[in-house]
Amino acid sequence: MSSETQKILSTDGIPLEESLKKAEKKNKIKAFLLVTPLLLFLIITYIVPIADMFSRSIDDKMVTNMLPKTFKAMEQWDGKELPSEEVFEAFYLDYKILVKNKTAGKLQTQLNYEKNGFKSVLKKLARKQKKFEEGNYKEQIMKVHKRWRNVEYWRAIKRRAPAYTYSKYLKGVDMYSNEDGKIVQVAEDRRIHRILWSRTLEVAFFVTLFCFLMAYPIAHLLATLPMKYSNLLMICVLLPFWTSLLVRTASWMILLQQQGIVNDFFVWIGLVTDDNRPEMMYNKTGTYVAMTQILLPFMVLPLYSVMKTISPSLMRAGKSLGATPAVAFFKVYFPLTIPGIGAGCLLVFILAIGYYITPALVGGASGTLISNQIAYHMKSTLDWSFASAMGLMLLTGVLVIYWIYNKLVGVDNIKLG
Amino acid sequence: MALPKYTQPHYRIWHYFYLFVCGCVFFFLIAPLFVIFPLSFNAEEFLVFTDGMKRLDPDAFSTRWYKDMVYGTKNPWGLAAKNSFIIAIFATIGSIILGTLAALGLSSRHMPYKGLIMATLISPMIVPLIISGVAIFFFMAKVGLAATHLGIILAHIILGTPFVVITVTATLSGFDHSITRAASSLGSNPFNTFMKITLPLILPGVISGGLFAFVTSFDEVVVVLFLAGLDNTTIPIQMWTGLREQLSPTILAVATCLIVLSVLILVTAELLRRRSERLRGINR
Repeated sequence: MSSETQKILSTDGIPLEESLKKAEKKNKIKAFLLVTPLLLFLIITYIVPIADMFSRSIDDKMVTNMLPKTFKAMEQWDGKELPSEEVFEAFYLDYKILVKNKTAGKLQTQLNYEKNGFKSVLKKLARKQKKFEEGNYKEQIMKVHKRWRNVEYWRAIKRRAPAYTYSKYLKGVDMYSNEDGKIVQVAEDRRIHRILWSRTLEVAFFVTLFCFLMAYPIAHLLATLPMKYSNLLMICVLLPFWTSLLVRTASWMILLQQQGIVNDFFVWIGLVTDDNRPEMMYNKTGTYVAMTQILLPFMVLPLYSVMKTISPSLMRAGKSLGATPAVAFFKVYFPLTIPGIGAGCLLVFILAIGYYITPALVGGASGTLISNQIAYHMKSTLDWSFASAMGLMLLTGVLVIYWIYNKLVGVDNIKLG
Repeated sequence: MALPKYTQPHYRIWHYFYLFVCGCVFFFLIAPLFVIFPLSFNAEEFLVFTDGMKRLDPDAFSTRWYKDMVYGTKNPWGLAAKNSFIIAIFATIGSIILGTLAALGLSSRHMPYKGLIMATLISPMIVPLIISGVAIFFFMAKVGLAATHLGIILAHIILGTPFVVITVTATLSGFDHSITRAASSLGSNPFNTFMKITLPLILPGVISGGLFAFVTSFDEVVVVLFLAGLDNTTIPIQMWTGLREQLSPTILAVATCLIVLSVLILVTAELLRRRSERLRGINR
């Protein structure tokens, strides 16, 4: 027999292998087409904008566009001696346009970041430059203020030449690059962002810990009780889960206020005196208490779904082999619940690290987190590039945690109620 | 959970201690919600239990805050409720359509790059809301959809689809694909097969995913804070403003209504879950 007849053919005479491959490919395209609408939608409205945040965060075209002639003239300048007449002339021409368009203020602010005291020098120049005569600008500018003879100020301008900068990221960790281009820390009393980062991590860590300590016993109880009781108790977990975040925050604001029920209770049991009620809201305590209660269901549900699958006979077997209940628990039961613990902890940690609403309402000044700072820069100072930089730093942290989460339990294992 | 008779005393004590701890945690979870309810019927303007309320004096209670919520002067709640419902309903429909299609594709065993695509589709749930808010705001501002209903609806579709994708893929995991093949072999076209065979079977998953999407949209405040203009104010935005400026009992009246709504949603979700488990033949 020849080799051709050995191939199995389908009814229309095409080798079966080929026609199978064809069908497989068709199915692949079909499956992909089903996903495409959502994928495209998310990529356009979500993924690309997040990537766009990156270009926004390193964008520094403002000064570059303000002084185009100056930076062109400066290309030849080595930065050691005072620049040549050419640079002075270019700077004069650029600056004249800015003063005319009334945008010189922005440049003054930006260059003042680079070199302290630049603002007054530039303001003086703005006033005097109207009387300038044509030619020999170097002499005329240097006559306006003696600091124009100082090469440091020209270096400061040159540092702003690139259209991109990573200075916003440095600012996010309280650092900046100084006049010599070295990266140094800001003065000790101005290191606010590092405090916020560490506070965010601290709050997220402790909220996760508290959630774990509270969720473990009740998840165990829910998983071991007979169905008719556990269904009833499950409502206690699911009702807060489904209730609006703002409603729950509002109830904590009522409970924790100085004349609130928690304080009433403390006075009643004699823990504190009536005229000495502790402040429990608008500080870190408020943030901790409210966030723990709000995120607790996210810890209980994954723990519960794992514990539900653990057969009670395993504990009985352990005990019958001579283990005390405590030993049986730690050697048998606890290790089996570790996937649930991992899922719950990382879920709560990720949610806590990006929390915004609750800290903003009950946190006060000492309870605000990094998200509040991002929102502040988005809405109040309008420093969007800094907000983007901080957002991306936070996102990087979250993605690292998410990656660990994925390695440990897998994204597909997320369970909702 | 009765203990056997032979239990030693210190285990007995330990067991009751454990039950006590559990009781405390359940109390911690549920009690805050019940504080709102009586205080919303307060006749006074304070947010504390008055002496009259402690004595259960009927004069200390009133429904004035509910009246204020509905008929009050310069009342923001009517517009907010209307906007909230419009946005949430359209966002839910959008999430359900896009999410279900994607879930159908994802649960096909022919799907290439499954892990990567799943991670992308779920990302809005993982990325902190504040970052989503910033990114979506930049996008909507660029295309001119900031401060419009459509912009907020699209934003909420982004946030809502992961829930639909997750619940529907979970429902499809127990799905017997030979049923759809049987339908096709009997001459049904793919659309009919989907409408008559697949959809009824995965409907509980679709609806519970839709519920998640609805609640997400209805409760969402971070992204809306960036996107909303004066005409797009929603219930969460109004509550947020109210809570920041001053806690008035009217907010508690609204909160009570929201709690009632969440009870309804909880009941629906629970019934759906049971139905879905029965349909998929999972018996517990």
